[in-house]
Amino acid sequence: MSAVIAETDERVARSSTFVRIMRRPEIGALMGAIVVYVFFSAVDTTGTFVGLNGAARWTDVAATTGIVAVAVALLMIGGEFDLSAGVMIGTSGLFAGLLITEYNIPVWPSIALTFVFAACIGLLNGWLVVKTGLPSFIVTLAMFFSLRGINLGVTKLLTDTVRVADVDEGEGFDSARTVFAAELWEPYGFKVAVVWWIVLTVIATWVLTRTKFGNWIFAVGGDKNAARNTGVPVNRTKIALFMYTSMSAALVGIISLLRLRSMQAGQGVGEEFVFIIAAVVGGCLLTGGYGSAIGASIGSAIIGMAFIGIAYAGWNTDWSWLFLGLILFVAVLTNSLIGKRFQGGRK
Amino acid sequence: MTNENHSGDTAALRLDNVTMRFGSVIALSGVSMHVDPGTVTCVLGDNGAGKSTLIKILSGVYTPAEGSFLLEGNEANFASPRDALDRGIATVFQDLATVPLMSVWRNFFLGNEPTVGFFPFRRLNTKYAKTACKSELFDMGIDIRDPDQAVGTLSGGERQAVAIARAVHFGAKVLILDEPTSALGVKQSGVVLKYVLQAKERGVAVVFITHNPHHAFLVGDRFFLLNRGKMIAQYERADVSREELVRAMAGGAELDALAHELESLSSE
Repeated sequence: MSAVIAETDERVARSSTFVRIMRRPEIGALMGAIVVYVFFSAVDTTGTFVGLNGAARWTDVAATTGIVAVAVALLMIGGEFDLSAGVMIGTSGLFAGLLITEYNIPVWPSIALTFVFAACIGLLNGWLVVKTGLPSFIVTLAMFFSLRGINLGVTKLLTDTVRVADVDEGEGFDSARTVFAAELWEPYGFKVAVVWWIVLTVIATWVLTRTKFGNWIFAVGGDKNAARNTGVPVNRTKIALFMYTSMSAALVGIISLLRLRSMQAGQGVGEEFVFIIAAVVGGCLLTGGYGSAIGASIGSAIIGMAFIGIAYAGWNTDWSWLFLGLILFVAVLTNSLIGKRFQGGRK
Repeated sequence: MTNENHSGDTAALRLDNVTMRFGSVIALSGVSMHVDPGTVTCVLGDNGAGKSTLIKILSGVYTPAEGSFLLEGNEANFASPRDALDRGIATVFQDLATVPLMSVWRNFFLGNEPTVGFFPFRRLNTKYAKTACKSELFDMGIDIRDPDQAVGTLSGGERQAVAIARAVHFGAKVLILDEPTSALGVKQSGVVLKYVLQAKERGVAVVFITHNPHHAFLVGDRFFLLNRGKMIAQYERADVSREELVRAMAGGAELDALAHELESLSSE
């Protein structure tokens, strides 16, 4: 290198720390989370929302949403959707439950087989998307309805009911429950799912921003052709993201199965849009190529605070859907305004 | 990979009598051309002349049905565009070269990311990537403010320049540019043409595919004229003037006929 490059360019000085922070994709969600927290602290009628008892409640909702929402966010950054992520919670919970109760397979091998099964469903989703070239919205919508039918059909066929029960009779149930569904930090009763959520968020953030694969995720979502032209394995990257999404849904399915000791055939249906809301509130663009894993986790925290906060305020929980709709709209509007203000016209 | 040159051929790339058919359509017929290292070879052609097919053969998307395609004297036989890339043929497609939402340094190293550490802790060497990107672009004469800025905030000419600099940095022996100036204004085109010459100075064999004879004449050492799937003319820089090139490109007699037709229209 003949030229000596100054470590810092004098023209970059204009980008103050403030602007740099405002440029982060998750900033809108973070500000929203603070507003929502303050709001529900104010309207709380039980006096527990602010304390650790309240935190243990809302972080549980946030964790079971966030584990999948982080995967959905990575998939959306990679330019695809997965509408089967919600129903996969039910499918994998039922799959594990049926292996344990109907086929007498011990709990741990059943859990392992469930993750393999979920990986196969994700592989199928991804393979169909890249091979057919159809929008993933359609492919995974078809998967959503297929799995919904299979969940009910197979469960009724094998158990004559619409639920799988008595999972706690399986061998190794107690140790599995400790890992996936235990409560920590008495007397507050934080759920161990919160630990899974935080660990997975940290790993996903690291992969997205600090690894080669993360670079490929941004590239395949930002411009598939440009990525392919520079030698990025576009199809493999997308398929891997679909597999991760299905497997994260399977983790939540297993957590609920072990926690409730049973599984309803309709579990998880409707959750798919909650994950997408969390990802979008967290700064993901619907068009792909932009977003953050931490953002999706903050989005999940907002959803958790809203669900628990509305109950603590003494309101009917039906209102939480209205609240989600408003949050989605306001967050996207804020993200878009911040984007325009600090990125110089980014779409 | 063998770099040995069996035939004593000095050309970086040589097509001999290449024909390409799609069903009954003959896209290229008996096309021959060669590209030397450290020169800019322009392929001029109008819409439908076969430029796109030619690019796709050179970049490994298609394998020619007939004729030979030699890379440094050896049969090319590319299995895929990735194979062509690995063997030193980099193609910069118009509008499809960079990802606008990603930062300059992420784009620069896309597909060739520098890493440190061992699996499962292998990670991007971001510090190296940012400084290397900045200094490499600086050496090519592109002075970007901040490697963290999104490529989408650069001008069209700068984006093409980043793609060209990237190809040169990763050791491209042959650089194929697909209409790099067609979407750009005069000033921006000038920026890109400057980097075309930079790449040439570094010994890269540049293939500049364009329909603009003015831009081609500014940087070209050799000119091939493609028309209706055939190579109809070849000029060396010393033997041709800009007017001749423009006229040949426009198809001489055809242009006269068109002028005549337009005159008769306006006189009606």
